[in-house]
Amino acid sequence: MAAEGGKIDPMHQFMVEPLFGNSLTLGGYNIAFTNSALWMVLTLVAIWVFMLGGMKRELVPGRWQAAVEGASSFVSNMVHANIGPEGKKFTPYIFSLFMFILVANVLGMMPVGIVPHVHPFTVTSHITVTGVLAIVSFSMVLIVGFARHGLHFFSLFVPHGTPALMLPLIVPIELISFLIRPFSLGLRLFVAMTAGHILMKVLAGFVIGGLNAEAAWVAPVVGLPVFVLMVGISVLELLVCAIQAYVFALLTSLYLNDAVNLH
Amino acid sequence: MDAEAAKFIGAGIAAVGVSIAALGVGNVFGSFLEGALRNPAAADGQQGRLFIGFAAAELLGLLAFVIAMILLFVA
Repeated sequence: MAAEGGKIDPMHQFMVEPLFGNSLTLGGYNIAFTNSALWMVLTLVAIWVFMLGGMKRELVPGRWQAAVEGASSFVSNMVHANIGPEGKKFTPYIFSLFMFILVANVLGMMPVGIVPHVHPFTVTSHITVTGVLAIVSFSMVLIVGFARHGLHFFSLFVPHGTPALMLPLIVPIELISFLIRPFSLGLRLFVAMTAGHILMKVLAGFVIGGLNAEAAWVAPVVGLPVFVLMVGISVLELLVCAIQAYVFALLTSLYLNDAVNLH
Repeated sequence: MDAEAAKFIGAGIAAVGVSIAALGVGNVFGSFLEGALRNPAAADGQQGRLFIGFAAAELLGLLAFVIAMILLFVA
């Protein structure tokens, strides 16, 4: 589905390209610095600057410190509500996860396309990135579960008060729905981001195509309403960015609650 | 019918699954809002479960989108 002539190409924005040549290798693996890596570094810098600005520890916090405190207390409350008092040791991980996904999603929406030949790249629009985040969360669930409860962890798949006759039916279903968690976690974030960006690229193609049409009536009839729609969809996409980051962190805390508290 | 045309038709049919998932997502938020209007004080406490329900409903819609993408770009 490559672009030819006037065709819209919504997939080119997801191409991972090396920025400084393709020749950097480590032990046979290509570790060239790609645009994906660049935007991950930008995410890291943005989070670092945000957190540094709030470290002044004033008793009456200024705006920046209040924002940082707001973000960290939001995550801390969510972890406490879902895992309980034992969740405190997981708060740094959940906070990092939440902030990374949120900032990576939002940076992918930034209008840097104004600069010629530059376009924003959403790091989380690749299953490789979201899949790794999901695998890290799921492994943490497994490690915590088995370290804390040993083989008793498997009682997670037997709900309270199940009659023994139903066990051969219930346990495989519970097992499958447990094992699907990392896939659903990574897939949800990946597809939400990819679908949103494809939609915006297609709408943008409509605007540009409407503006470039030969008939003069096409530009205000097609271009303008689609542009207004694009503004609305962009706001919706920013909301989706925040919601998907929150959902990822919330579900990770819930799965950790399953591992820590079993039932 | 050659394979290319069949893929495009299949991707179009998969989009119908997305519309049905939209019904599901609207159901989740609609039920929450209905309950929240009856008992506003209890609404804030249940916000977490609202987003969990939304995530589950949206995931299934996104799965239909994934099928469409697989048909268009992978198969």
